Amino acid sequence: MTSLQKPEIAIVGGGPAGLSAALSAVRQGAEVMLIDRDPALGGQLVKQTHMFFGSRKEYAAIRGIDIPGKLMAALEEEGPEKFKPLLDTTVLGYYDDGVILADKEEEQAMLIKPQKTIIATGAAEKMLPFPGNDLPGVYGAGAVQTLMNVYGIKPGTRVLMIGAGNIGLIVSYQLLQAGVEVAAIIEGAPKIGGYLVHATKARRAGIPIKTSHTIKEAYGKDSVEGALICSLDENWCAIPGSDLDMKVDVICLAVGLTPQTELLWQAGCEQKYIPELGGYVPLRNEKMQTSLPDLYVAGDVACIEEAGSAMVEGKIAGLYAAADLGYAEKVEERYTSYYRELEELRAGPTGAKIRQGLSRLNGGV
Amino acid sequence: MEENTIICRCEDLTLADIRATIKKGFHNPQEIKRLTRCGMGPCQGSTCRELLLKEVASATGKNVGDLEMTTFRPPNKPIKVKSIMMGVE
Repeated sequence: MTSLQKPEIAIVGGGPAGLSAALSAVRQGAEVMLIDRDPALGGQLVKQTHMFFGSRKEYAAIRGIDIPGKLMAALEEEGPEKFKPLLDTTVLGYYDDGVILADKEEEQAMLIKPQKTIIATGAAEKMLPFPGNDLPGVYGAGAVQTLMNVYGIKPGTRVLMIGAGNIGLIVSYQLLQAGVEVAAIIEGAPKIGGYLVHATKARRAGIPIKTSHTIKEAYGKDSVEGALICSLDENWCAIPGSDLDMKVDVICLAVGLTPQTELLWQAGCEQKYIPELGGYVPLRNEKMQTSLPDLYVAGDVACIEEAGSAMVEGKIAGLYAAADLGYAEKVEERYTSYYRELEELRAGPTGAKIRQGLSRLNGGV
Repeated sequence: MEENTIICRCEDLTLADIRATIKKGFHNPQEIKRLTRCGMGPCQGSTCRELLLKEVASATGKNVGDLEMTTFRPPNKPIKVKSIMMGVE
């Protein structure tokens, strides 16, 4: 028989948002349990071998893989006795009495009833429906990155990348670095979605980027042997006779992310469908508090964005979860500085979609 | 081609299966889920939910946000009976 655990704050997900939330809450003086399904903290950062942009305060010009170590070191400094990581542990449920069900392989499942919970579960990759989409050799970009950058395994020899957002562009370049050929990057939209600096890097390396193109089908006997792609007109309809046969053994999907909101649905907090933010996202106030007062959110689960803003949202959620428990030192001052940082990260043309999505979430049109 | 396009890989449902169900008059994702088991496999819909919603939206001319969302229940992933057998105080 295990007993009900009662930490002051539980954080679900130890990626950039969850780690920053932990640091922020521990800094206020609260006691934090950080639960992550992986054997190491860092979330998607553990495979980001490229340097980050954005705010210098959020580790711009540092490689993603080096960020978790820095946050862990800061946590160590702030008070290791306040910080309890639970690794290899998956949260499988959130019940309406605020109890979390957490499962660790080969151990008894745990029930945890925190005073405050921060959900930082991140996002899942979107899938694309096309014939042959279940053939071995069709991968999500996250899986390709995990294989290459975490385990040092090449996914194949010649790749067709679907999606010219930042993930598609960066993973294409990382494939080249691993010695894998990238036949082309195709993108349904008429414009490249990712940053120009990533696109030019891929182009300079000789990878063609075909906008207004989509995949029609994948073919192969036991695994992917090739793909048919075609051009799209301005209404996203296939142009007859534009088919192109690409001989590839890997089709990599980088067609966007969607917030992993399962626990939020189970908890029953209010959500709204905002395509600009990646799908259904929770309503929340400036404290990153959801419609349920004891439940906070941070990072991609709240809005598909970048690691930089996920970390700032984490700081805000951690700050207020702790403040609501009475650890209220310098709350206003800290919030003001975090809020400014978020505004800076979302300023300019690259943040336009996020700004519009957030305004719609808050009742605007 | 629809027969060859997988929507729910856990329950092995194709685009043809989903479209046939919609054609029968089921325009509610929750109903389609119960009828076909779309999203009720080990991954609990994390891959197919979005595809199902989009398919229903485009067939009915509605926005995804106006459709009834499917129900979410714990556990999100399979759990061994052994892990919960002993109970909690």
